[in-house]
Amino acid sequence: MSARNPGVEYDSSWFDNIHVNLPAVKRRAETLGTRRTVKKQWQAAWLLRAVTCIDLTTLAGDDTPSNVSRLCFKAAHPVGKDILKAMEMENEGITVGAVCVYPNRVADCVKYLKAANRPDIPVASVATGFPTGQVPLKTRLEEIKMAVADGAKEIDIVINRHFALEGNWRGVYDEVRMMREACGEAHMKTILATGELGSMVNIYKASMACMMAGADFIKTSTGKEGVNAILPVALVMVRAIREFYQVTGYKVGFKPAGGIRSAKDACTWLSLMKEELGDEWLSPHLFRIGASALLIDIERQLFHFVYGRYAAAHEIPMS
Amino acid sequence: MHCFTGVIGAIVPWNFPLMLLTWKIAPALAMGNTVVLKPATYTRLSALLLAEVCAEAGLPPGVFNVVTGSGAMGSMLAEHPSVDKVAFTGSTGVGQTLRRLTAGSGKKLSLELGGKSPVVVFESADLDSAVEGVVDAIWFNQGQVCSAGSKLLVQEPIYEKMVNKLKERLTHFRVGNSLDKTMDMGAIVDESQRKSIEEYVEEAKKEGAEVFQIKDSVPSGCYYPPTLITNVQTVSRVVAEEIFGPVLVVLPFRTAKEALAISNNTIYGLGGSVWTENVPLALEVALGIKAGTVWINCHNLFDAAAGFGGYKQSGYGRDGGKEGLFEYVRPAWEERPRPGKVQMDLKTFGATLPQRPTFENVDNRQITINGVTMPSIDRTFKMYYGGGQKRPDAPYVRPVINPDGKVVGHVGEGNRKDVRNAVETAHAAAPGWGKRAAHNRAQIVYYMAENLEIRRDEIAGRIQLMTGRKLEECVTEVDLSIQRLFHWGAYCDKYGGGVQETTLYGATVKIHEPVGVIGMACPDSYPLLGFVSLFAPAVVRGNTMIIIPSQNYPLSALDLYQVFDTSDLPGGVVNILTGDRDHLTKYLTEHQDVQSMWYFGSAEGSKFVEFASAENVKRTWVNYGLERDWTDPEQGQGEEFLYQSVQVKNIWIPMGDIFAN
Repeated sequence: MSARNPGVEYDSSWFDNIHVNLPAVKRRAETLGTRRTVKKQWQAAWLLRAVTCIDLTTLAGDDTPSNVSRLCFKAAHPVGKDILKAMEMENEGITVGAVCVYPNRVADCVKYLKAANRPDIPVASVATGFPTGQVPLKTRLEEIKMAVADGAKEIDIVINRHFALEGNWRGVYDEVRMMREACGEAHMKTILATGELGSMVNIYKASMACMMAGADFIKTSTGKEGVNAILPVALVMVRAIREFYQVTGYKVGFKPAGGIRSAKDACTWLSLMKEELGDEWLSPHLFRIGASALLIDIERQLFHFVYGRYAAAHEIPMS
Repeated sequence: MHCFTGVIGAIVPWNFPLMLLTWKIAPALAMGNTVVLKPATYTRLSALLLAEVCAEAGLPPGVFNVVTGSGAMGSMLAEHPSVDKVAFTGSTGVGQTLRRLTAGSGKKLSLELGGKSPVVVFESADLDSAVEGVVDAIWFNQGQVCSAGSKLLVQEPIYEKMVNKLKERLTHFRVGNSLDKTMDMGAIVDESQRKSIEEYVEEAKKEGAEVFQIKDSVPSGCYYPPTLITNVQTVSRVVAEEIFGPVLVVLPFRTAKEALAISNNTIYGLGGSVWTENVPLALEVALGIKAGTVWINCHNLFDAAAGFGGYKQSGYGRDGGKEGLFEYVRPAWEERPRPGKVQMDLKTFGATLPQRPTFENVDNRQITINGVTMPSIDRTFKMYYGGGQKRPDAPYVRPVINPDGKVVGHVGEGNRKDVRNAVETAHAAAPGWGKRAAHNRAQIVYYMAENLEIRRDEIAGRIQLMTGRKLEECVTEVDLSIQRLFHWGAYCDKYGGGVQETTLYGATVKIHEPVGVIGMACPDSYPLLGFVSLFAPAVVRGNTMIIIPSQNYPLSALDLYQVFDTSDLPGGVVNILTGDRDHLTKYLTEHQDVQSMWYFGSAEGSKFVEFASAENVKRTWVNYGLERDWTDPEQGQGEEFLYQSVQVKNIWIPMGDIFAN
């Protein structure tokens, strides 16, 4: 396990001479789904790995203890015992990577994960005026502290898009630095909201600003933008992670969120990480997928792997 | 108006056995020809399977035929008298052999040959994407691609970074079974090819090159690892020669101008790519690279709508697009020339002896001044090149003798050195002439027409003096020449190219570039009109040229140089050398910096021109000794004149920056 990214001094020269060619990025992104596929037992293994990387998420206006409880129990038992047993994985303690909720539901998660006998599953809270961030800095920072106090071990913040679109990278950096401080021991994922940044160059620069400011993870989107986690955007972000690692030696994680629904997608995302960053980025401490429905599709695929038949969705415990 | 050519002998290589054969047969059949195809010795089965599918689809018997055999059989096919055109894709060496075998036979020939295509990466490029572009360019298909980007040029400030990124990329490059789609690279076609690649790399090592390979990534068998070679320069064999394997050489450069010089410092001209986010830079460099296809921020994209083919020793003719269809048709008025077996000694062709003084047949033209009659001044015409009148290098003249046997003037006897000088001056004038706005070239040509008309009677008189034809016929010839100048003047800015409808999200732009320096040998019929018919289309499309006027009746052309001087034609654009047509043709055709040779003389000369052109794979246009009616618009100013005056470049420009808000 490598050292946590402490961040570095702001250096404006990192934002000079950045060029990204979208057509070429798209061309490369398209190859990942076809040129790096896995089948059979390897696919099953990859899917199980993907399960452990999921931040099982609910971010709705009508979240209450009832559905949050269901989510937490599912997080603790994401794949049916019979399937795990058939794959000889029933004793591995397979859980998702984290559960992800709004600040007001953090305490509930802590309670229900304990009840499900898996208090070790981290609770991640969105914060800082999620999803838009269009609220005063003071309350944004206060949200973080309150969520951490309630038991959140991870905080997903949103960056200031106004600063980003203005090209005020110093402004983005300074705010994220403050947010990192407010997180304390909690790990910080920085949501770039790439669908609102307008260009690939801005995505690259936003990635850099966040990593310089001490992000543990950089995250594509809130899931609420028009365009969320797509491969071309991801390619630009992971190339930034690679550059940051080569320059500073610090490894920053990557989290795509929003729009990832199929098991095949999960494998493609794992291929991206393996190709661009290497095997270390294929585990929960450096890779998470923000998703909800994805888990059910993965389970259906695993069911098929074990039984040779397709299960109906209603035959799988819902989350 | 065009019609089909006849029987196409198609010879295709092993690197894309199915795709490349469809590039030949599709346009051939679409234009109404029949095909006999010889697939490469290594890869025969896909052609045979396709033939079965064609039969199943209902293609009538005999329309598409496949005959398998060795290289020697390919030669037999090319030489067969019933084959009307040879279409070849393969190595430059074999292409040259085919040119020599078919020389003088009247067959059309298209050659798509080798390459050493540059990949030019500027500091304003998306480097990570350029790395993936290099993967597409040189490691796709194990580098066994004619347009492989095998010569990477990286701008100095980002050189280290780019090389390091490439090396890192190779650490997760997958080499293995060709049928496993998760592999990046498969096996080399054959052990002999693998050995050839290995020899190149081993030799480079001996010369002190740095060779980077991840050998462990390669399974045992007929595989060769992706290879990156640095610490080499323009003098290295691995930089100059086509390796046809997964071997990339890397060279640094400082400025865009230098990048162009290094890119074009090769006998080849098939493809190239430019990597930068700077639009004006990208377009200027794309235009400057002398190759048939230039890709911007991508490499090795192909589409049936965009013709693919070479400049320089990468060949001539295009596969794809409307430009590719020209290879499979003839002008409707033209019969397939059948000169038969032209017997001649290629070694002694063009040998000439200077003429002795002609004191017995001197023209006794006289003039009367103030009632006194006296001989008029003898006229010895000089040659004309570099915008000035020049004496021939060797101090000999040639008499111009009319049908009555009288001498009507003298012209210089050109030799190899005059050819050398003229070619140099034509090259010096070429960039400026090509860069001029088309409209400006039109103005000059219209000006020539004006100035020719002013001297209409005088010039008609000279034609009559030389040829003995009726004066009114000669006047008609002058009038047709003026008309022709107007016709071609109007084409200065109406044949620039077009937009190709490929599957690219972006623009695929076809540009009609000048061919370069063209050597021309004019026919004896129509001494003025023949000359104008050849020089005018070439000059309006931005070429420069060395023209040998009619050997027997050169004076009309020499009248024209006064017209050129008074029409603002820059020096060096049109250069006129007089003397023995075949002697001058020989040296023009053998000159490796002449890009095309047009010859309207004898069947023997046509054979020589085609044979000798093989040396630097220059384009040729010969008449096989057959006459054409220069007064007829189809024959004297048809589209084929434009086709011969341009070479086609396709530039691929992907677009896109918007992905969400």
